[in-house]
Amino acid sequence: MAYSFPEEVLEYVFSFINSDKDRNAVSLVCKSWYEIERWCRRRIFIGNCYAVSPGIMIRRFPEIRSVEIKGKPHFADFNLVPEGWGGYVYPWVIAMSRAYPWLEEIRLKRMVVSDECLELISKSFKNFKVLVMSSCEGFSTDGLASVAANCRNLKELDLRESEVEDLSGHWLSHFPDTCTSLVSLNIACLGSEVSFSALERLVSRCPNLRMLQLNRAVPLEKLPNLLRGAPQLAELGTGAYSAELRPELLSSLLDAFTGCKKLKGLSGFWDVVPAYLPAIYPVCHGLTSLNLSYATIQSPDISKLISQCQNLQRLWVLDYIEDGGLDILATTCKNLEELRVFPSDPYGVEQNVSLTEQGLVSVSEGCPKLQSVLYFCRRMSNASLVTIAQNRPNLIRFRLCIIEARATDYLTLEPLDAGFGAIVENCRELRRLSLSGLLTDRVFEYIGKHAKKLEMLSIAFAGDGDLGLHHVLSGCESLRKLEIRDSPFGDKALLANAAKLETMRSLWMSSCSVSYGACKLLGQRLPRLNVEVIDERGTPESRPESCHIEKLYIYRTVAGRRFDTPDFIWTVDEEGNAPLRIA
Amino acid sequence: MENTLGLLENSGGGIGREVPSGGSTTGSMSTVDNLVFSSEVSSCYPDENNDSDELELGLGLSLGGGAAANKSLKPPSWARILTAKDLPCLVSKSSSSSSPTVPKASHKRIAADSVSPPNGASSQVVGWPPVRAYRMNSLNQAKLSITEDFSSIVDKSENAVVNKDNNSCNKQGNDTIDKGLSKVSLFVKVNMDGTAIGRKVDLSAHNCYETLARTLEDMFCRSTRNANTRSNMQGHNLMVEAGGSSKLLVGSSEYVLTYEDKEGDWMLVGDVPWREKGNSSIAIFFFEGPCKYMEECSYPLLVETFGSLGQKMTNICVLTFIF
Repeated sequence: MAYSFPEEVLEYVFSFINSDKDRNAVSLVCKSWYEIERWCRRRIFIGNCYAVSPGIMIRRFPEIRSVEIKGKPHFADFNLVPEGWGGYVYPWVIAMSRAYPWLEEIRLKRMVVSDECLELISKSFKNFKVLVMSSCEGFSTDGLASVAANCRNLKELDLRESEVEDLSGHWLSHFPDTCTSLVSLNIACLGSEVSFSALERLVSRCPNLRMLQLNRAVPLEKLPNLLRGAPQLAELGTGAYSAELRPELLSSLLDAFTGCKKLKGLSGFWDVVPAYLPAIYPVCHGLTSLNLSYATIQSPDISKLISQCQNLQRLWVLDYIEDGGLDILATTCKNLEELRVFPSDPYGVEQNVSLTEQGLVSVSEGCPKLQSVLYFCRRMSNASLVTIAQNRPNLIRFRLCIIEARATDYLTLEPLDAGFGAIVENCRELRRLSLSGLLTDRVFEYIGKHAKKLEMLSIAFAGDGDLGLHHVLSGCESLRKLEIRDSPFGDKALLANAAKLETMRSLWMSSCSVSYGACKLLGQRLPRLNVEVIDERGTPESRPESCHIEKLYIYRTVAGRRFDTPDFIWTVDEEGNAPLRIA
Repeated sequence: MENTLGLLENSGGGIGREVPSGGSTTGSMSTVDNLVFSSEVSSCYPDENNDSDELELGLGLSLGGGAAANKSLKPPSWARILTAKDLPCLVSKSSSSSSPTVPKASHKRIAADSVSPPNGASSQVVGWPPVRAYRMNSLNQAKLSITEDFSSIVDKSENAVVNKDNNSCNKQGNDTIDKGLSKVSLFVKVNMDGTAIGRKVDLSAHNCYETLARTLEDMFCRSTRNANTRSNMQGHNLMVEAGGSSKLLVGSSEYVLTYEDKEGDWMLVGDVPWREKGNSSIAIFFFEGPCKYMEECSYPLLVETFGSLGQKMTNICVLTFIF
């Protein structure tokens, strides 16, 4: 019998291993390691709530303290996933309320959360500390009130961009006076006013509060007092950043900001009145993260601000920054790692600001650490993309959105295959890529050939036919998530690469050329995939099998088919039979 | 019967009945500019007669009080049917000369043909460019407040607010920020039939019906409005997009805003100037397509009314007819 370490020693060693990948590797070494590991795993990440069931999770990992679950596909952000699709967290909460009395953290993304859920959470877990709900929906401020009232040790309440039914601002007053544990509070997505005095008192009695993101309804006049009550803040999201011009308010703000010596991140800035921007100058030098993506200030004001933020690592901004502002960014912020430029007028036909591909080229030249890009613009050229690729081979995320679908290289009128090809060829560590512009199957050939570390690919209005999809599925070894819309990809590529789908988290295809027959085949051949056909025209059985379906969502799962689908989703079962639906 | 009851007893439910849509507009339809929203709106009493089939859309023009038009109004329970054509202030100006079937595409001021596909999106594609709804809502609000000039807030007297000419809505924006009122946020809850999640509208953020109507339309139509609107609004955050059914409101921009005052009388939004004094509560009914015309009664000063309630939230019922 081989020697073995005492369990306790192994457990102790394992406690230093936190990455999921490593933990999974550890659990595969041998049976005893599997056993030990599963009893001491405390944190679990579930990228697709339907890939596994609560029961399976609980059976394997009995001592979880922190859970992160994601629901809807990414394209739900852009209204491509119909209402009622799913992603309900309730079954998870019910199961965990019985199995994990010591659960401390729940992080959700794109899930449907009800007030009932929130109440259950607040009452079931005595030591509950962290609730993060990113892009969730289905709950109201009443649910928040339960959380505030019942979670005695709450540290984080973060509502990031969730859709909350805003019944009143009084929920905040449900935090008991004894609550002093808050570290992070993000209510930026709420519409109604919360009670200011309650907020002020809450903020000032929580000495560990380091992140506070207010909602738009908090007027600028209230900010100085809030800041004075929390000078230790590291991240602040302002409310509306506007008021009538009053010197005393400006100096009060200036004063308050000066007192925030630890401020590293700023966001909010709705309705900015530029005259009040100087109030934040004292903290600019220390800022590492600045989110001006709701600030409708113009390039000169943005530039003035940025020129003082030498330590900026992350900038989110509207295209009002223009090429000129990006030039200044390039010269000033040598530590910049992430840049996101959002469109101020995405549906306008005419260009409203002077922002072109040049801005991105400048930043790629000037910022050596740039690794993550999200850029909306109205024109692009292959030459610029090549330049960017050569400047920044260290790019990890590159998401380019040329606003006009199928836009060509504006100089040569060619497709942008070569440009994106250069990106994948030069940026060997690229993990995420979003394409736009006119693209043929060629670009997918490049991607399949070079993008070996690519994990997530978003395709829209691109490609010529099945070959393109085939290149991607057969070539991208690390691919986990593939989402495609309005592209002529069809059955052949899917069926030829069916096995690949089991190695991925999910595949989304909408307005493509996939037939119902192919979906049935896939469902038949691969029992560990859920093949969900989303079609609002009624059952696909009523149409010929060769008919194209509207939307397709395929994901691997060990939990079998789900039963909470709405009536416009058909899950093809293993026998390839007529899809079952629970009425 | 059903019509009357439906609306009156409704506090959030919808009326699913089929309302005769379309209908011919008579040649007597005056142009947009001639429509007058005065306090002498012709009275069309909701009576019990319910033969809405006989209604003609052209009757909508009688708002101004023409006797002849009144006669033909003969309202059934809901006197007559108005379409958005009759109330141009509720429809994008660019559509004033367009056909009755012009959908929301015209709102977007896109240089596209006026005939739009059934989903009304014309050159708009769902979800493209990929900007999240949350961001779009914030952006629309922010864009509208850019045009406000904070340094020139002027106390304007009431007469600056009259709404007769739609265009005046834009010009007056700069001037009509009543200092006292501008600090009051009157968030009113709006629910649309069929939507689980309601929206909130800040009534004090609007200076005229047009912007309110547009806002409501935006919220519930999930339309991708061109943000180049000229209205001036004091921006307040609107809730993120409601999970409304995408089947609703697509394609048609025919709608009318009406509301019910405290006395239970129905009023046509836009009949009287925005800021005229009054004292009543409000329930806004938002219809699409042919809808009901309500007798005009005393007028509420929305902002002051709610202000006097200490910013109390009041429910607004929003109904939508789908055609």
